[in-house]
Amino acid sequence: MIEVSEVRKAFNQGRHNEYWALKGISLTIEAKKVTALCGPSGSGKTTLLTIIGCLARPTSGRVRLKERDISGLPERFLTDIRRSTFGFVFQQFNLIKGLSALDNVMLPAYPLGGDWRALRARAESLLDSLGLAHRREARVEWLSGGEQQRVAIARALVNDPEVLIADEPTANLDTALSKEFLAILEALAEQGRTVLLTSHDPLVVEAAVIDSVIDMRDGQIVGIR
Amino acid sequence: MKTWIEKQKALIDFTLASLARRKIKNLGLLLVYTLIVFLLASVMLFTHALRKEAGKVLENSPEVIVQRLVAGRHDLIPPGYLEKIGRIRGVQKKEGRLWGYYYDGVLKANYTFMVPQPDALMAVESGKIAVGATMARMRGLVPGNTISFRSYSGKLFSFEVSSVLPNKSELVSADLVLLSEADFRAFFELPPGYYNDIVLSVANPLEVRNIATKLSTLLPDSRPILREEVLRTYESIFNWREGIVLVLLSGAILAFAIFAWEKASGLSAEEKREIGILKAIGWETGDVIKMKFWEGALVSLAAFLLGYIAAYLHVFRFSSWLFEPVLKGWAVLYPRFELTPEVDGFQVATLFLFTVFPYAVATIVPIWRAAITDPDAVMRG
Ligand SMILES: Nc1ncnc2c1ncn2[C@@H]1O[C@H](COP(=O)(O)OP(=O)(O)O)[C@@H](O)[C@H]1O
Ligand SMILES: [Mg+2]
Repeated sequence: MIEVSEVRKAFNQGRHNEYWALKGISLTIEAKKVTALCGPSGSGKTTLLTIIGCLARPTSGRVRLKERDISGLPERFLTDIRRSTFGFVFQQFNLIKGLSALDNVMLPAYPLGGDWRALRARAESLLDSLGLAHRREARVEWLSGGEQQRVAIARALVNDPEVLIADEPTANLDTALSKEFLAILEALAEQGRTVLLTSHDPLVVEAAVIDSVIDMRDGQIVGIR
Repeated sequence: MKTWIEKQKALIDFTLASLARRKIKNLGLLLVYTLIVFLLASVMLFTHALRKEAGKVLENSPEVIVQRLVAGRHDLIPPGYLEKIGRIRGVQKKEGRLWGYYYDGVLKANYTFMVPQPDALMAVESGKIAVGATMARMRGLVPGNTISFRSYSGKLFSFEVSSVLPNKSELVSADLVLLSEADFRAFFELPPGYYNDIVLSVANPLEVRNIATKLSTLLPDSRPILREEVLRTYESIFNWREGIVLVLLSGAILAFAIFAWEKASGLSAEEKREIGILKAIGWETGDVIKMKFWEGALVSLAAFLLGYIAAYLHVFRFSSWLFEPVLKGWAVLYPRFELTPEVDGFQVATLFLFTVFPYAVATIVPIWRAAITDPDAVMRG
């Protein structure tokens, strides 16, 4: 589904602090599978996610989404693709404070201008399915870490994207909550959702739900399991 | 089209929720903003209405007033002048006027004593007076009451109030006392034949200047005052007063501009983060800007409407009490103004342009800068 070939990414290119975060990455991510990027902190996992998820462009190399080269597209198109294809769960969750859980979930759909009632119903059922029915109207800053993550997952799914991208999903969770996350992941895999996540948490990397693990180090792939 | 509407609805919806989150900041902003619009609109509405009012008053005043000058000062017209003017072509009517000022120790105010013109509707019989509405209010006079004035020579005169003048144009009639010619001459000890000035009615406005020239040769010690010049003087007085108020206000306006600019343009770290999040979850730069535009537009429109309505009520219902000391004040008895409501579309547009527009720009510029940054920043806490 997604093909990355020879992708390199430099930060501060041409300046004295030029830094190559990705040094030639080639990989394939299959549809309806759960793929994990694994590696120590600083190995370039997040950077690779931003490029695959159309949040950033590679310095060189190509990214193909369903046979279509998306690495050179202007921002407008990237936003379009991002909106329709990817849902993000950020490491810090990045919910908007002061708004209710429900409002946060509905947010990505606002610019699409769909029917508001239908959107609300969809957001409610997503929250319900993640066990947050009773927290719909609560402001997100009042929620616990696990609840916040589930709101973030619901938000990532509201536009029904093909690919769910999650950066270090268990980094802020204890073991019990991490296991709950894996349960959610299993449900998503069952529904046939493509999932791409990063982690250096053995609990995640060794979980049965992960179909393939890509090991990274210093901006390069060092192994695929 | 339907999607577009749904989209704007959703954006406004979110904007409102977003505004509510920063209640204190936005309410404070709204308040200060409303106040500024209120002050500016009050000045504009007030001076505009005042100008119209003065215009209306002068419409009925004579085209030419002839005064006599002695040593450069206004003096009485001695007997014989009316006859000397004789027949100047174009003059329809000529009349001597009698008026004077009287200081009332009770109210510590000056009244204008005046003899109505023979053809005026308000004729006053001997022993009676008609008084202005403000004065009647202040002295508690109703028709039928008797009031006494001590003349400058020390004699006491009593008059019966026959009527209170309608306060249609209270601006000029507030301190007015109308009395008969005989009473006037007795009260001020003015011998027969003397007048304060002479008024001339001229039918053709083009002839006014000609007549003025003829008057100057005929009566070298006289000074003709033309209505058109008075109008111009009024106009410049109003402009001047309006200017003073605006200058006084400009400090406040400047402070507001800085305040608004800072509030609007200084994006907090939290807001920047939010913009990043919105972009990362699929909002386009344009969507973010639109949302922020609605935010600015809602605040400034609300402020504009509230401020303007408040100013309207202030000027036309509450007699502009904030401005009385600055903008009026040529009579000690402040008239209780009921200015005719008068809204000038051009003024509204100007005010709108100078308040709503800069604010909208001030909100959008920084958003635009923040919104075009790369969305990948949110990935890193
Ligand atoms: N915006 C940036 N500017 C400069 N260096 C960056 C930037 N983003 C990431 N890096 C660097 O790139 C490297 C890879 O970062 P990242 O992809 O976040 O790694 P990981 O997610 O595996 O921890 C790190 O050394 C990081 O310091
Ligand atoms: Mg990372």
